[in-house]
Amino acid sequence: MDSQFAFVGSNFVVVCADTTSVQQIIVQKSDEDKILQLDKTKLFALSGPKGDVSNFGEFVKCNLNLYRLKNGRSLSTSAAAHWTRNELAKALRSGPYQVNGLFAGYDDQSGPELYFLDYLATMHKVNSSGHGYGGMFSLSLFDKHWVPNMSRAQSLELVKKCVAEIQERLVVAPEKFLIKIVSEKGVEQMTMVTATGEITSGGPSSAMPSSSAAVDVEMKA
Amino acid sequence: MTSLNLDFSVLDRPVRKEADELTSTLENDVLCGINTHDQYFTIPRVEDFSRFQKDVVEHVKPQHGTTTLGFIFEHGIIIAVDSRASQGPYISSQTVKKVIEINPFLLGTMAGGAADCQFWQRNLGIQCRLHELETGKRITVTGASKLLANTLYGYRGRGLSMGTMVAGWDTTGPGLFYVDSDGTRLKGKRFSVGSGSLFAYGVLDQGFRHDLSIKEAAELGRRAIYHATFRDAFSGGTVSVYHVGPDGWTKMSGTDVGELHYEYYPADAVENPERHGGGEGDIFVPKKREHEQNREDGEKKKDSSPEAMET
Repeated sequence: MDSQFAFVGSNFVVVCADTTSVQQIIVQKSDEDKILQLDKTKLFALSGPKGDVSNFGEFVKCNLNLYRLKNGRSLSTSAAAHWTRNELAKALRSGPYQVNGLFAGYDDQSGPELYFLDYLATMHKVNSSGHGYGGMFSLSLFDKHWVPNMSRAQSLELVKKCVAEIQERLVVAPEKFLIKIVSEKGVEQMTMVTATGEITSGGPSSAMPSSSAAVDVEMKA
Repeated sequence: MTSLNLDFSVLDRPVRKEADELTSTLENDVLCGINTHDQYFTIPRVEDFSRFQKDVVEHVKPQHGTTTLGFIFEHGIIIAVDSRASQGPYISSQTVKKVIEINPFLLGTMAGGAADCQFWQRNLGIQCRLHELETGKRITVTGASKLLANTLYGYRGRGLSMGTMVAGWDTTGPGLFYVDSDGTRLKGKRFSVGSGSLFAYGVLDQGFRHDLSIKEAAELGRRAIYHATFRDAFSGGTVSVYHVGPDGWTKMSGTDVGELHYEYYPADAVENPERHGGGEGDIFVPKKREHEQNREDGEKKKDSSPEAMET
């Protein structure tokens, strides 16, 4: 039960995803990075069967990289998202990828952009969206609280509202959320502890709960 | 110790009845539209493949119950497994080797289908060796686990059933990955797989510290598997413990769970300093049972007379 949501701010996009990896009733891992960084200014948050997610994610990432190497420039967010949708559409009739995604990026021409994608190869350009049960809770909060050109501080407040709602109402609230903000400068990472709403900078493995942080060897996803 | 003798005949080239069907295996697969992966084996030529597969899976799939675990700590990795194989309610073997020694630096564990695990981890061993021959370097654990995950992802939806851990030591230090037949591949420091994994996690998570000594860590792994075999009917036999260090893996122990039972159960009563002269009988303390009493007597006798018979 992945939970992820994202929305557009003034000159950035905020993408949030839980960091737990669950098999049936077992939490196998609580520091997984589910938001793939495709290039300097593109993020792709994927959810679905883990095999499909990693396979499709790497496929998109490698192809965008190949395009950049061949042509000496990267695709725009819009072009990359449309290419991704097209690949999902192709796969739909031949052993589909069961993946839902949120495609976020920043480029100089069109600024911050966010695209909603699902496994049926639907795509919409949106200002805010979510996937999974956690995402559904945040949708209504976005409808109520999202406004254009939100500042960084306002955005983080909105993230906190969403995570607090998930903590209160979702039966299996994930332990942590990974927040990635993509802007002109690149990608910034933060981790939020669901129970306390406390935000620390860095990836999910750098914010291990309790005393184990001191002895933890750094884990890269 | 005997190894599990499995019938791999379903994987053999099927006998074809008609002469015009005697085209090459590869061509057949292409015609059937199933040659989707460069590692393939012959697929039985039957009318309804998915039904055949369902039927056959029931026959060739022992070992649904298992407990395996692996964790990374200061001095390397501990892998511990049980050794029971079951087919439905029947215990088909108590001496299965569930740790597959891929090469001197890599171990794989098996849970799920025994045949699938043995076949594909052997296949992984081949791929790892080829990598060594091609590059002159040992493959990383990351690389090896990705090879396995890619293979399994290529066969997704074809009825494979595997939940494995790939553990080893490479230039980056210890590495532990969980790989399963859905194509999932997770890097982590602590995993337990199989029907007894919930019980094993209980003991493992409570007792885990990063700075465990090798001896303590092996003991923790053994205990976690023992407690899983105690609660999970589909886990049992012997507990095998492996350690992976900078110089490769070593097998640390293989102990019958029956012996461990006398060592570990019941747990020692905890001294409670806050209790002063509490009345007897308000806490249940299990009495020593007959066999334990006998064992202790036996040990005493052994001390006094070396000829004392062992029970």
